[in-house]
Amino acid sequence: MLDALLTLVIVLLKIVALLVPLMVAVAYLTFAERKIIGYIQGRVGPLHVGPRGWLQPIADAVKLIFKEIIVPAGANRFLFLLAPLLAMGPSIAAWAVMPLGDNLYITDIDAGLLYVLAVTSLSVYGIIIAGWASNSKYALLGALRSAAQVVSYEIAMGFALVGVLLAAGSMNLREIVLSQEGSLLHWFWLPLLPLFVVYFIAGLAETNRAPFDLAEGESEIVAGFHVEYSGMSFGVFFLAEYANMILISMLTSLMFLGGWLSPFQGIPVLESLFSWVPGIVWLLLKTSFFLLLFLWIRATFPRYRYDQLMRLGWKILIPITIAWLLVVGAAVVGGLGPWFDGA
Amino acid sequence: MKALGRFFKSLFLLELLQGLRLTGRYLLDRKITIIYPEEKTPQSPRFRGLHAQRRYPNGEERCIACKLCEAVCPAMAITIEAEPREDGSRRTSRYEIDLTKCIFCGFCEESCPVDAIVETRVFEYFGDKRSDLVKSKEDLLAVGDQHETQIAADRAQDAPYR
Repeated sequence: MLDALLTLVIVLLKIVALLVPLMVAVAYLTFAERKIIGYIQGRVGPLHVGPRGWLQPIADAVKLIFKEIIVPAGANRFLFLLAPLLAMGPSIAAWAVMPLGDNLYITDIDAGLLYVLAVTSLSVYGIIIAGWASNSKYALLGALRSAAQVVSYEIAMGFALVGVLLAAGSMNLREIVLSQEGSLLHWFWLPLLPLFVVYFIAGLAETNRAPFDLAEGESEIVAGFHVEYSGMSFGVFFLAEYANMILISMLTSLMFLGGWLSPFQGIPVLESLFSWVPGIVWLLLKTSFFLLLFLWIRATFPRYRYDQLMRLGWKILIPITIAWLLVVGAAVVGGLGPWFDGA
Repeated sequence: MKALGRFFKSLFLLELLQGLRLTGRYLLDRKITIIYPEEKTPQSPRFRGLHAQRRYPNGEERCIACKLCEAVCPAMAITIEAEPREDGSRRTSRYEIDLTKCIFCGFCEESCPVDAIVETRVFEYFGDKRSDLVKSKEDLLAVGDQHETQIAADRAQDAPYR
């Protein structure tokens, strides 16, 4: 009895230790977004709240918390308020299996990758329910677009992950990282380069980020599925979107860029020089790189038209992944070094 | 052949990478934002901001109520009434500029034979009510008294070009 209680407390502590930094990271990701997009546009971004604007995300959060949550007349009140939680839940639940280091995880399950794929695809329910429960045409259109988009890109994403499974021979995220051990060139980005690119593009589409943000589409359907949301109910959608961005970035670095492995592994002098750096630092650096890419892409590309989006998903990304799966399969069977000769 | 080239160009995302390179350059470029209340853009000595009425060094107001500014004002923002003062000189009894009408063209200043009405460098002013933006003679003289050194320096600098 006491043992069970102790385990529960430890697990809860682990969850808090993961979620609090995650929420802070989400808050500061919004800050980074405003700064980086500002910089790209020749502006300087938020500058006045706190030293050099560093308290801006806190001011934003406080503003959202103190705003009234308006439930439109004719909306389904229960579903309307449930939807943000449904969007938020999966993007947090997926973090349960994220290995942040060799021994740094909440739980280590064998089908980790499958779990992540299953849980993240649940978040589309939040969007659909939000769009339907709002009883608004813009929200409904946004939700429909989002649902179709997420379902289409899920396939390309899933196929890209199949390539990772083939290459690593495991669905356990920790073992996937460990099977990339060796050097920078042993990481899966090189043999799986097309899948890497496809995965990241599909990741952009999964998180409804520009240039795939048709679900929001400010210029044509106002704000899409969250047009009727205000205050913290909107804030939760926002949190979910940014938590998803971090999740996708971290998954990409785990599966294609060797997770917490040092990039200097296998290089004689540099390896010992940087051996004191803890693995999580490398993982966070790699994750930040992909987050930067998310923001950079948003500042660069215009939104896709709907038919272009579907064409890209079905006619380009999926055939590429399938073709490359054959290549990977052949390489694994042939034991092509240095990636696949071990097993 | 050309179609094939285009196909590979889009397949390898070459144009997208070019776009990213361009925005990446801007990311690292110098920023052009002026952080306004702390920093300000340089002003020309010909800057046309809030109006002022000037005085001669002996304290006598310059305006002689010739009404040229009232006549030239394209927005009809200036209202002047004049009558002889006790000492017999010709002066305005009412001189109003409606800043909600004014387009800050500077014609009033150009038309003035005695350099009485001028536009200063002041541009940070406001009114709580509409009527706050109708400036009376006293208001304009007060602005002139406050900024006379700057006004005189600007006129002197611009004098060779007039």
